[in-house]
Amino acid sequence: MSIGHALLGLLEGGPRHGYDLKRAYDERFGQDRPLHYGQVYSTLSRLLKNGLVTDAGVEAGDGPERKRYAITDAGVTDVERWLSTPEKPEPYLQNTLYSKVVLALLSGRGATEVLDAQRSAHLTAMRELTRRKADGDLADQLICDFALFHLEADLRWLELTAARIDQLAAEVTR
Amino acid sequence: MSLVKAEGLFKSFGKTRALDGADITIRAGEVVAIMGPSGSGKSTLLHCLAGIMPPDKGTVMYRDQDLTAMGDSARSELRRTEFGFVFQFGQLVPELTCVENVALPLRLSGVKRKQAERAALDWLAKLEVDTVADQRPGETSGGQGQRVAIARALVTGPKVIFADEPTGALDSLNGERVMHLLTTAARDTGAAVVLVTHEARVAAYSDREVVVRDGRARDVEFAR
Repeated sequence: MSIGHALLGLLEGGPRHGYDLKRAYDERFGQDRPLHYGQVYSTLSRLLKNGLVTDAGVEAGDGPERKRYAITDAGVTDVERWLSTPEKPEPYLQNTLYSKVVLALLSGRGATEVLDAQRSAHLTAMRELTRRKADGDLADQLICDFALFHLEADLRWLELTAARIDQLAAEVTR
Repeated sequence: MSLVKAEGLFKSFGKTRALDGADITIRAGEVVAIMGPSGSGKSTLLHCLAGIMPPDKGTVMYRDQDLTAMGDSARSELRRTEFGFVFQFGQLVPELTCVENVALPLRLSGVKRKQAERAALDWLAKLEVDTVADQRPGETSGGQGQRVAIARALVTGPKVIFADEPTGALDSLNGERVMHLLTTAARDTGAAVVLVTHEARVAAYSDREVVVRDGRARDVEFAR
């Protein structure tokens, strides 16, 4: 899961300071693994250095640093590229895929396109494994089967999410 | 070059719209998986492509013939000579033996009994079920029955095989064997396969997939 892209996606809604970004990230994506402050600020400083976010002034208030960050045009392009590029099909992608779908919905982009591109990438990987199975010995077949069943589970999740996309859109944009 | 090309297909059942402007193109010799959730219209699309069911609107071209403009008997003739069918449940005739079931399409086209049964036996052997040739479908396992159904679909040398959830009633191992045999036999004979499935592992035997959602087919390759 790319924390940088998730933070950029959250900044598309408007400038935020680091603490606010951490809270938004944890609320949406960090149920099991909330971000450390160190991760947030090191990621923001990398994004700043790469010109993907810019300094948007300092917000008055107590507590930790209140410097606000805004996404740049290069940052928006980077998020778009990330969202439209399917992940390499491999087991246990759900966290990344879920984040992509939510961020696509939050930014008004097509979440269905994200799911379709991923389905296509998964099926391409499954075709390759199916061909390997046909030519392989029993050990090859069993190894390919393991990967096929995991990829199939991802695909079932993709289908279910596609079927619930309107419901999810209503929930995340509420 | 397209073998089957459907454009702007609409089909409703009462107030339920099953197809809502579906387009799809099938090329000779390719295996295409039609995927989508239950009720998305994928089986209706297959039935319209195969001339089993007329669409309310739109055209289905097989080579240069418009299926939607044909009379019933011409369409039946086309189905018998150019298309093969495999369904979730084999739909074999229970009173006939397996070899008689496979020979049936040839007999209906006027081929003599001995010649038809010889061809049927060849196909049963290719699909590794010649051992059940003299048994009735009720005496075979689910996997054997589907292989007999595939032999029946292939015996006339069809140009397109329409398969609607062909492994839906089988366990994983039998399902894989059936898909391997179906796609290998189709590739050997140059037949195209239009495969409706909701199972990704079955779709992985295809060359490409077309996703149907809310009655619309997203034919990625031809939408470019």
